[in-house]
Amino acid sequence: MKIKETFENYTFVLPAVMIFSIFYIIPFIWVFQLGLFEWDGISFTKVFVGLDNFKEIFLQDKNWWQSIWNASYITLIALTFQNILAFMLAWACDREIRMKNFYRVIFFIPPVLSEVVVGMAWRFIINDIDGANIINRMLIGMGFGNLAHNWLSDPNTALTTVALVHCWKGFGWGFLIFLAGLQTIPRELYEAARVDGASAWQSFKKITIPLMIPVVVLVAILTVLGTMQVFVLIVSLVGGEFAGHTSVPVLRILASMRGSSRFGYACAQGITFGMVLIAISFIQYRFSKKGH
Amino acid sequence: MWRRGIGIFLFLIFAISGCSSGKVDSKPTISVWHWMTDRDAAFQELARKYEALAGVKVNFELYAPSDAYSQKIRAAAQGINLPDVFGILGEKRDFASFIKAGHILDITPYMEADNGNWKNKFFIKALAVNEFTSGNSYGIKAGFYGVPIDIMTIQMVYNKKLFSRLGLNPNWPPKTFQEFLDIGVKIKAAGMQGLVSGWGEVWMIDCLANNYAFNIMGKDKVLATIRGDIPYTDPDWIRVLSIFKQMQDSGVLAQGLVTMINKSAEQLFANEKAVFAFNGSWCVNVYKGMNPNLEYGAMLPPEASNQYPIAIWGGAGSSFMVNVRSKNKEDAVKFLIWLTDQDQQVYLAQATNNLPANKNSLTKIPEILAQFARGMDYATHPNVWGVSEFSLVIEAFDRGIQSIIIGEKSPEQVASDVQKIKEREMAKKRAR
Repeated sequence: MKIKETFENYTFVLPAVMIFSIFYIIPFIWVFQLGLFEWDGISFTKVFVGLDNFKEIFLQDKNWWQSIWNASYITLIALTFQNILAFMLAWACDREIRMKNFYRVIFFIPPVLSEVVVGMAWRFIINDIDGANIINRMLIGMGFGNLAHNWLSDPNTALTTVALVHCWKGFGWGFLIFLAGLQTIPRELYEAARVDGASAWQSFKKITIPLMIPVVVLVAILTVLGTMQVFVLIVSLVGGEFAGHTSVPVLRILASMRGSSRFGYACAQGITFGMVLIAISFIQYRFSKKGH
Repeated sequence: MWRRGIGIFLFLIFAISGCSSGKVDSKPTISVWHWMTDRDAAFQELARKYEALAGVKVNFELYAPSDAYSQKIRAAAQGINLPDVFGILGEKRDFASFIKAGHILDITPYMEADNGNWKNKFFIKALAVNEFTSGNSYGIKAGFYGVPIDIMTIQMVYNKKLFSRLGLNPNWPPKTFQEFLDIGVKIKAAGMQGLVSGWGEVWMIDCLANNYAFNIMGKDKVLATIRGDIPYTDPDWIRVLSIFKQMQDSGVLAQGLVTMINKSAEQLFANEKAVFAFNGSWCVNVYKGMNPNLEYGAMLPPEASNQYPIAIWGGAGSSFMVNVRSKNKEDAVKFLIWLTDQDQQVYLAQATNNLPANKNSLTKIPEILAQFARGMDYATHPNVWGVSEFSLVIEAFDRGIQSIIIGEKSPEQVASDVQKIKEREMAKKRAR
């Protein structure tokens, strides 16, 4: 009887296990296996090179580590600027303000737009010769004419400009999750604090922030995973890697696959990148656990 | 009871009709995969004509954008389910990989049949892109492995109206590099934009740099560099890299050129916001769509040296290959012979504003296309050189030029960086 029950239980989970294995586990193993070969993506024969691809990534490929650095920089801006903005706006919309539903809709428009559309739109807003040059015109209008320049073609500002456009596109997700988190905090806690004479800042510090930590951790992990993999926005904003200044890991993997036809190396890069993401997420998780 | 009977009867009728093959068709259907959005309507029309003529149905299947197509073809090659006819996007080494993996039919016997009747219809340079000569570095048996359906050249174009506004003769584009730089000074003074191109996507930078490499040091020295006999730190290569610095300093390059995608460059030129553009002959169709009244002319990149002739990239624009495993390969070849015949090539050229691969079809094309076609005399292409540079070296070279344009590195620094990568890649190759 027990065997039959066990068999039945396994039968129920079998379809899910099969789908998960076919679409996740087997490709993952296969990618790792391909990382040990030199392969052009076309031939039926692959040359086993052991850990040579990984050795090249770690010891020789400066472009790869520059791309990791660039993606980390964009992520850092997203973690701070984007998420603080999202949190503040969510906090504002959680309070009794006029037209809060309207703001909720407006703030959620950028995330649902395609990255290509956002890139093209912002290119039009920022660029002067093939765009409307709105940012520079505003700067000149406000008396900061000396700051006006070609934001996307200047190596000093290209990556930051990309990062800020990415933040504009992404803050809506954080906003939505933060808002959902804020709405789960019982109102009675704030009322009790007010009765006890707590100021708005004290309520925020002692009630809102501690109770929002799990949500903050979740948003932070999602931000890291989403931002480190950014590339479509970069292609539509600056056309590609711009002498390495806007190079990111996914663009490097694509360059290895398409430009160099080095599929094995691209797989090794993918594995390395995955490890970097897992490590960052693990560190974040550990920190949050400690803080909690 | 009778309901059940009717149910069983209907089930049997549907089952039998479902199992039957319907109309037995003795004529094959040829499937063709391509990425050319601008030519799809013309291809469909030609397929209809061919079916009416030969009774063979041709299914043109469009997969765009080209990046997605490229991946689809590779995936299909791995799964051994390539269509009867397909195109390959990539470098010569990718083409060679497809042949080595046994995916592509050697069409030499068809080309050479009847004293080379089919072969002789094409521009020699268009065929050369699809040819592997004996002793090629890829180890491919000598022969033809693809059929060019159109040709292209990558040149400069200039806006005649803006030329007049600058006080220049609209029928006299610059011939020498110095003349070109002098125009740059005028462009800067007039607050206009100079040369636009898709240099954010880098391969077009490589193309212009190669044009000047041929002009400054000649083909032999360029190929010797690729073979590793001449270093990139050679003064001639530094001179090639310096060309870009000179262009930037003179003001002949448009602002933000290093992050410009070709679509933006095409819009700028078509909307008369830029004096020059560096683009392929496909631009004729693009500009026509964007601004039918645009007055412009095609020109070769102005010569920086009179020691060697300038060379431009050109040859087969798009080519089709026949799947060696296809059971319809004979019919596929017959269709390609028909597709590259004079009438069909004229139709394609007129409908799509692309240059025909059949040299007998050039008579009925617009003047601007004819200007691009004349550039074929100067055309070369990395795919016909017989040797290919390491992709990492090409990448370092192109990124280095971007760095020169933005003033981040000097030509000497870039040359040194590129040479280091070249040596590393050669050492790796020797170790294998």
